[in-house]
Amino acid sequence: MKSVIARDLVKVYKVSSRTRSKGEKSAPKEVRALDGLSLDVEEGTVLSVLGPNGAGKTTLVRVLTTLLTPDSGEASVAGVDVIKHPDEVRKVIGLSGQYAAVDETLTGWDNLVMFARLYRMSSAAASARANELLEQFSLSDAARRPIKTYSGGMRRRLDLAASLIVKPKVLFLDEPTTGLDPRGRQEMWGVINSLVDSGVTLLLTTQYLEEADQLADEIAVVDHGKVIARGTSDQLKREVGGERLEIVVEHQHIPAVREIVARISPNVVIDEDLRRISAPVSTGTKALMEAVKALDDAGIHPLDLGLKRPSLDDVFLSLTGHVAESEEK
Amino acid sequence: MNAINDSLVIMKRQLLQLIRIPEVLIFSTIQPVMFVLLFRYVFGGSISTGIPGVDYVQLLMPGIFVQTVAFTLAGTAVGLAQDMEKGLIDRFRSMPISRSAVVVGRALGDGALNVVVLLVMGLAGFVVGWRPSSSIFSIVGGFAFLLLFGFSMSWIGVLIGLSVREARVANSAVFLTVFPLTFLSNAFAPTTGMPKALQYFAEWNPVSTMVAACRELFGLTNIFGVTADSLPAQQPILMSFLYMIALMVIFIPLSVRKYKSSTSR
Ligand SMILES: Nc1ncnc2c1ncn2[C@@H]1O[C@H](COP(=O)(O)OP(=O)(O)OP(=O)(O)O)[C@@H](O)[C@H]1O
Ligand SMILES: [Mg+2]
Repeated sequence: MKSVIARDLVKVYKVSSRTRSKGEKSAPKEVRALDGLSLDVEEGTVLSVLGPNGAGKTTLVRVLTTLLTPDSGEASVAGVDVIKHPDEVRKVIGLSGQYAAVDETLTGWDNLVMFARLYRMSSAAASARANELLEQFSLSDAARRPIKTYSGGMRRRLDLAASLIVKPKVLFLDEPTTGLDPRGRQEMWGVINSLVDSGVTLLLTTQYLEEADQLADEIAVVDHGKVIARGTSDQLKREVGGERLEIVVEHQHIPAVREIVARISPNVVIDEDLRRISAPVSTGTKALMEAVKALDDAGIHPLDLGLKRPSLDDVFLSLTGHVAESEEK
Repeated sequence: MNAINDSLVIMKRQLLQLIRIPEVLIFSTIQPVMFVLLFRYVFGGSISTGIPGVDYVQLLMPGIFVQTVAFTLAGTAVGLAQDMEKGLIDRFRSMPISRSAVVVGRALGDGALNVVVLLVMGLAGFVVGWRPSSSIFSIVGGFAFLLLFGFSMSWIGVLIGLSVREARVANSAVFLTVFPLTFLSNAFAPTTGMPKALQYFAEWNPVSTMVAACRELFGLTNIFGVTADSLPAQQPILMSFLYMIALMVIFIPLSVRKYKSSTSR
């Protein structure tokens, strides 16, 4: 069963001329944040929506979580129509937005109890649930401190905890690790992975290819409000091309190594500047071992040697024609 | 009922904020007390009440009470704008809670804060010579009236806060509306000194009718210039009541509608 379905979503923002840059006269502009976007998420799986700044990720999450009405298109979450029955949808989703949405002046415990009370829990149940979540997200020590004193990572974890008060059927996480340092990101991944193990359906957005790779069963690459590719990370990588054998050597050895590599695979590519000889291979580690043996026989010691699989960065670049994180605002 | 439960949770959150950062409560009471002292001792000597045997502080206190509760809407607007900025409103809107709870809870919370503020101001007034001369019943009625006024004004704040979505903008928007209203009124000086056209505006100004109503409830007679036989001058309590009902009838539905469609960007 599909837990999330989006069909041909369109959302156009009218950008008021107030926001225009100095001196320039421009008529009110339209931004097609969603431009006929369609996707779905199978129950119990993780879909990562991967896209650069301004791709429309947040807009998509807002539509699916009932915060924004699309101009056209349809969407359903857990089998309920998002546009027709938003109240029903709200009962079964959890949302953790791009920025932690909690009351900064209150403590972590205060916040969780407040949200639990809003889910109509009794005061005893609310406080028990708050303690449980604080424990689960390693925030027990900071429970009685105002959120203002929390680090970025702690805030994100508290925000996530707040979206799990009543176990949601579908969880939406909008860029859950943006702005976190590597350790914070690692911790967050751990937390998300354990959620996924508990069987929740998850739609998560990210601009980090590595994150999509780590967390998701499937990836939907979004650019300019449309899904431009869809599949597992392996499928996407395969679309760009298979593995490559890469060898880096001193300049004087380049001709010899070229010969060796050509015997394994005919389409040799040479990058003189990087002193790199590479070729696509289909036999994986077997090709690698052949190369090692041949190099050893010839008495050449490579500076670097390996099988390179295309990264999601390569995937992104080849799909969109631009690098993932560098699109201008 | 769920809507009531939800509103009370939101209101409780605000009261909890006051405990977590007591400075807010301290400053929101110091400011009006400061006003009492300034007006009493700086202008008090030079403004004549025009009523023999009644000194300025008797006229001043109802004026300052009304001004202070009118400014409730500043707190409401700024608080909601902050919640918008922080994305908290988005979180509430993605939860299965009553559609009116967030704004009703906010208005109630700000109303509750007024209880403390009025109490402290009343005491400060007493210390500097304010002596309401009506029955205790009337005095309590006067304060209840002030609380209701604060509550109805804060609905304007709800709409401003949700519309401007930025705390700083909300702050200036509020000052631009409330300051002229409180000063183009009878709150600090009798309107008889104003140009005629302004006197009409001032007498119909809800702040003036509220001040006149409170003066009446605290046992004073009002004085009027050209507008002495107008409806607000004759019936300030009734008129204020009508104003408050009008404010709520207009702004509560608008605010709830705005809340339903508001997003933080
Ligand atoms: N309220 C708004 N008014 C006008 N334009 C908007 C608004 N919100 C978003 N946009 C524009 O719509 C486009 C998509 O925005 P969106 O926030 O969905 O992107 P995103 O993929 O979440 O980006 P990021 O990675 O920066 O969070 C962008 O061009 C953005 O500038
Ligand atoms: Mg975003």
